[in-house]
Amino acid sequence: MSHVLNALFAPGFFANGPVRAAVVVGAVVALVTGAVGVFTVIRSQAFAGHALGEVGSAGGSLAFLSGTNPLWGYMGIAVVAAGLMEVLGVHRPRARDVATGLVLGAGLGFAALFLYLDTTSSTSTGVTVTILFGSLFTISQPMLPGIVALSAIVLVVIASCYRILLLSSLSPELAAVRGVPVRAVAIAYLVIMAVAVSLAAETIGTILATALLVGPPATALRLTKRPGGAMVVAGLFGVAAVWIGIVLAYDSFYWPPVDHGWPVSFFVVAMVFVFYLGAGVVAAVGRARRNRRVGMFPAMGESGCEPHVDADAA
Amino acid sequence: MFSGFMVNTWIAATMAAAIAGVVGFFVVLRGSAFAAHAIPHGSFGGAAGAVLIGANTILGLGIFAVGGALGIGWLSRRGRHDVATALALVLMLGLGALFLSFSVEYAAAVYSLLFGEVLGVPADELLPMAGLGLTCIVAIAFLYRPLLLTSITPEVAEARGVRPGRIETGFLLVVALASTMTVPVVGVLLMFSLMIGPAATARSFTSSPLRAIGLSVAIALAIVWFGIAIAYLTNYPVGFFVGTLGAVAYGCARIWTAQHRARTAAILTEAPPLAAG
Repeated sequence: MSHVLNALFAPGFFANGPVRAAVVVGAVVALVTGAVGVFTVIRSQAFAGHALGEVGSAGGSLAFLSGTNPLWGYMGIAVVAAGLMEVLGVHRPRARDVATGLVLGAGLGFAALFLYLDTTSSTSTGVTVTILFGSLFTISQPMLPGIVALSAIVLVVIASCYRILLLSSLSPELAAVRGVPVRAVAIAYLVIMAVAVSLAAETIGTILATALLVGPPATALRLTKRPGGAMVVAGLFGVAAVWIGIVLAYDSFYWPPVDHGWPVSFFVVAMVFVFYLGAGVVAAVGRARRNRRVGMFPAMGESGCEPHVDADAA
Repeated sequence: MFSGFMVNTWIAATMAAAIAGVVGFFVVLRGSAFAAHAIPHGSFGGAAGAVLIGANTILGLGIFAVGGALGIGWLSRRGRHDVATALALVLMLGLGALFLSFSVEYAAAVYSLLFGEVLGVPADELLPMAGLGLTCIVAIAFLYRPLLLTSITPEVAEARGVRPGRIETGFLLVVALASTMTVPVVGVLLMFSLMIGPAATARSFTSSPLRAIGLSVAIALAIVWFGIAIAYLTNYPVGFFVGTLGAVAYGCARIWTAQHRARTAAILTEAPPLAAG
């Protein structure tokens, strides 16, 4: 038994302080992005989510300049960017794409400026890589309570707005008829997404944050059509991807070709991608089996089913 | 500013801006800004891999850009388009992070690939750039009618036997070619900003496609030339000026069109009989 454990977890895994912090932060953040991301996928806002994460680079590098924690930088800029997208017309279907693209382009411009100032003002050249690609093992312990508290707030907001959010995501017209302030809900959701993606940026970097926001929720929605269930399944997939990523990254210190370990963000992204493809295969097999059972009426097998949730959550 | 190595810079940036202006018009028209962001950005991973094994950077960029374009097309046939784009992008960037961690001298290379290093284009990159750029223009000319048709009236296009899936893949490949040619010189950020800002600005002034393409190229050229000039004088990164100028141009266009509309409305209300007729 201990041989197996030793083969899976390199020596010292459980006694390592940064690793323990990474395990906790990674799990909390994956649960939050899983819950928030289900709505990102349903509302087709993956581009907006990605843009909010990536403009965070500007905030992170500005925070580095002023010596504060990058998380506050990511979040500050992301919330400002969410407001700008709204002003430019992200709520109009035809203008949405351009509004997001313009805010992203301008945000990246500021990131270029601040990262340039970072690299000229300090001797540490790795700041660009750390901000863009993240490093879960360098999360400082004092940040833990802040991250957990922010995550709890996001989860509470999502839970308490669940019904309005779902209705206005699935059918804005029906929601408007029922008296739901659709535009206000959309703005609130952009802000929630900005916070969630900033948390993800803190763990796997600003330009890879999208992987956690979009990947596990899209995977879950391939397996179950019920949004509530999908949020839980997405959270589990996210936690699995982050934890497997941490274990592999820790083990990789003993792998070739270099002696400093492979980046944890790479493993997390790779796991997210594998889960997505795997869920596609599982869903296709399930559809084929149902179609065979239903025989001549394949369409009847399609509606309202949620196959294989348990099999994949394990 | 116009001597020695800077001559190459001006030529390279001018070619990049012209291609970005043309391709960008279709990006904005078709609402494929995410793909236009993902393909050049993801091809960064290919460049990092090429640096690692000592191969030609342009080759690495090209393989990842074309692979990304085909991957987005393949993934979105079985799932949501934006999810497919996001996942293809993060996978390519994740590989980029891996390659970077293996190579020794990366920080400066990362920065110039992401944000561009217009000030210092090697002369032997100009010819391949021109060749790829020409291919892009020819491909766009070839796809011009079906691209417009599938973007504006998808139903008519389908009735005429145009296959939207094939046109979309063809267009993504053009974006891949354009980014292969421009990313090593102008960086991921410049390319993306140059495709969105000028084209969106041009579209708010005119609805005629050819006029909008011309205007978009003109604005892109103005932004790039202006950006390089300020960057040369101030020593700040050129990506900052190009990224923000694109947004500023669009902001000005929005204000101008809003005022224009208000003025027209005012004239119409002052002369009600004419407006009624």
